[in-house]
Amino acid sequence: MKYLTEYRDRHATERLAEKIRTVVTQPWVLMEVCGGQTHSIVKNALEQLLPASVQLVHGPGCPVCVTAAEILDQAIALAQRPDVILCSFGDMLRVPGSQQSLQAVKATGADVRMLYSPMDALAIARANPQRKVVFLAVGFETTGPATALALAQARQWRLNNFFVLLSHFLVPPAISTIVEGLNNRVQGFLAPGHVCAVTGIEPYQQLVARYRVPMVITGFEPVDILQGILCCVAQLERGEARVENPYRRVANDQGNARAQSLVNDVFEVSDQHWRGIGSIANSGLRLSPSYQMFNAVALLDTALPAASPSECISGDILQGIKKPKQCPHFGHRCRPEHPLGAPMVSSEGACAAYFNYQ
Amino acid sequence: MCLAIPGRIEAILTEGELARTASVSFAGVRKTVNLTFVPQAQPGDYVIVHVGVAISQVDPQQAQQIFEDLKAIGDL
Ligand code: SF4
Repeated sequence: MKYLTEYRDRHATERLAEKIRTVVTQPWVLMEVCGGQTHSIVKNALEQLLPASVQLVHGPGCPVCVTAAEILDQAIALAQRPDVILCSFGDMLRVPGSQQSLQAVKATGADVRMLYSPMDALAIARANPQRKVVFLAVGFETTGPATALALAQARQWRLNNFFVLLSHFLVPPAISTIVEGLNNRVQGFLAPGHVCAVTGIEPYQQLVARYRVPMVITGFEPVDILQGILCCVAQLERGEARVENPYRRVANDQGNARAQSLVNDVFEVSDQHWRGIGSIANSGLRLSPSYQMFNAVALLDTALPAASPSECISGDILQGIKKPKQCPHFGHRCRPEHPLGAPMVSSEGACAAYFNYQ
Repeated sequence: MCLAIPGRIEAILTEGELARTASVSFAGVRKTVNLTFVPQAQPGDYVIVHVGVAISQVDPQQAQQIFEDLKAIGDL
């Protein structure tokens, strides 16, 4: 398949790995920010191609993993109402909330539907005018434009039975939290290529200016990831710190201006709670005043269950402090069939990647 | 979730503000994709699609760059 197969070429990955070995003279710790990158790294066994002195730690870029249990509890409470159709992306259905998952309430008869696109939620709302359709919208900057588009269309069509339970996150403030963390070991970042395709590289230039760490805009195929690692270690070896963008075929330096402008119309930046990590200032989105009529939170009237303490150490996993196999529950009490935490569920969660591919 | 894959635009299906859509082929599998954010994309172009929405158009020249760089590595 064009623009995919050639970036999986074995010969090219081996040449890049060889070049990395010739460049590296000392130990370095890099973080790939996005869970999609984590999966590609584990699935393609890329760590095994690297010299032992280059360590990859896995980042927070899994929206399913960082969506707060309270949001899931809200979604579950809404799904239990007979007049509501609750829809979301597949992985969200299996993630445990404080007490149960959306899948569990679906099994007891709630109308919970899995979607491929936010546009599908609009179609469901139009086809069911007598029901309230709630879309549990999770995602990073990559997904923000699609959610914004669905909301803008809902407004254009004056839909009054479409609602959004919003759990959108912004990556750069989370990188700040990781770099400023007392236990931080990360010396360079593979920045998330599809986030940058939307936002452009400017937010990453600000991070470099503040923390003097290399940021390399990186794609998702083996060749892209190894090239990202090569650029990153080459900068570190030379004592440099700048934004480098070898993923220009998809992410140009300016990002997508139209997508940015619609996102700015529909949403406002707000503080956000990251599951396992805690609250991070200015790291989320909320609906702007002109879109408040679509806010699903306004539909909530029932008291929600109190959150029970979790045994999952996802906060350490998502900040690169620990690797999945260092969690005492990994593969024992926590497995994909009965996950204790979200990183074991999501197709981008680091724990699921290690369980499935290693 | 940030999974976004390249597909080839086969045909424009609808035009309109927020409603420009196309049939996009992903290695033969066709899906309807919203093109609001890539207004200049035309049939034959490759777009990067995430949850049914194109977020970027693939730049064919930039796509070759890595292989040029690899040739240079080969010369070392
Ligand atoms: S193995 Fe399970 S309990 Fe441990 S961090 Fe991963 S998801 Fe959480």
